[in-house]
Amino acid sequence: MSQVLVVTSGKGGVGKTTSTAALGAALALGGNRVAVVDFDVGLRNLDLVMGAERRVVYDLINVVQGEAKLQQALIRDKRLDTLYLLPASQTRDKDALTAEGVARVMEELRESFDWIVCDSPAGIERGAMLAMRHADVAVVVTNPEVSSVRDSDRIIGMLDAKTEKAERGEYMEKHLLLTRYDAARAERGQMLKVDDVLEILSIPLLGIIPESEAVLNASNLGCPVTLNAAESAPAKAYIDAARRLEGDTVPMVVPMERRGLMSKIFGRRAA
Amino acid sequence: MTIFDFFRPARSAPVARDRLQILLQHERVTAGASDLVAVLREEILAVLQRHVDIPADKVQVKMQRGEAISTLEVDVELPNPVRRKAA
Repeated sequence: MSQVLVVTSGKGGVGKTTSTAALGAALALGGNRVAVVDFDVGLRNLDLVMGAERRVVYDLINVVQGEAKLQQALIRDKRLDTLYLLPASQTRDKDALTAEGVARVMEELRESFDWIVCDSPAGIERGAMLAMRHADVAVVVTNPEVSSVRDSDRIIGMLDAKTEKAERGEYMEKHLLLTRYDAARAERGQMLKVDDVLEILSIPLLGIIPESEAVLNASNLGCPVTLNAAESAPAKAYIDAARRLEGDTVPMVVPMERRGLMSKIFGRRAA
Repeated sequence: MTIFDFFRPARSAPVARDRLQILLQHERVTAGASDLVAVLREEILAVLQRHVDIPADKVQVKMQRGEAISTLEVDVELPNPVRRKAA
């Protein structure tokens, strides 16, 4: 049975696209047929993070409008042959995404994929609403920071009210993915702890992704971190998160970045 | 900043947690309430329109939250002369 997963957050810049790519690749590594779908019309980036920006011919809007077939728009990943990308349009108006058209494309995707991972745009406007509309399960990406937590709370409220599942009176499954976490700073009381965020948002924890240069490295290269640096702490955390989505019980570890003495002394990051 | 502050950095996270808890408690209630106010307004308007000719924008519904009690303010402006609808 296929599952539609929405990766959402409300706030921008918290790691939705990175997480979509990393989770999508991790699910595909686990033997699933996966389509990652970019809903961020006009500001698409999933193609870039996946390293497929030069292979985009047709996009989601072309398919929604009936100008291209789904098979023509889907881009197969060069590294994993069960991973596909449906890019967003960079030029078209986001109003070209009709509710009926998106519903039809989602149904068609369900026929050939085990997982459909939808990368939501930031905000609470139409694009974000359409991205979450048909989801069976939601991953709420949150940074341990006040504005991100507040926006996540807002999005959780919308997942419980505006999705098809919620409108049918069913429970909308939601998971928290805490990204850019710095365990050492949290320990020193300078950053919200995992438990603080969980207590405030009260949804189950899917994973803790540590702040790590491996993430930026991977997007620089156009490769999901779970493929580019599978042994890195964030990749392991994403792979564990993907396994939890599949229903496996995986013990939760608070990932610590191993840093040498010299980088501790000289490598203090700003902000 | 003294030399001691360097060894004991400010613990700002507990402040963040407390601020969020207070804020979200409030926001969750208001988000629910704004829906309630909209529903009430629609239904009050529907009842009124069954009996009198009244434009939709002449019915204002406001909710004010107090410490102990909240008040619902319904402001209906009837055009003169009041035209009663035929039953």
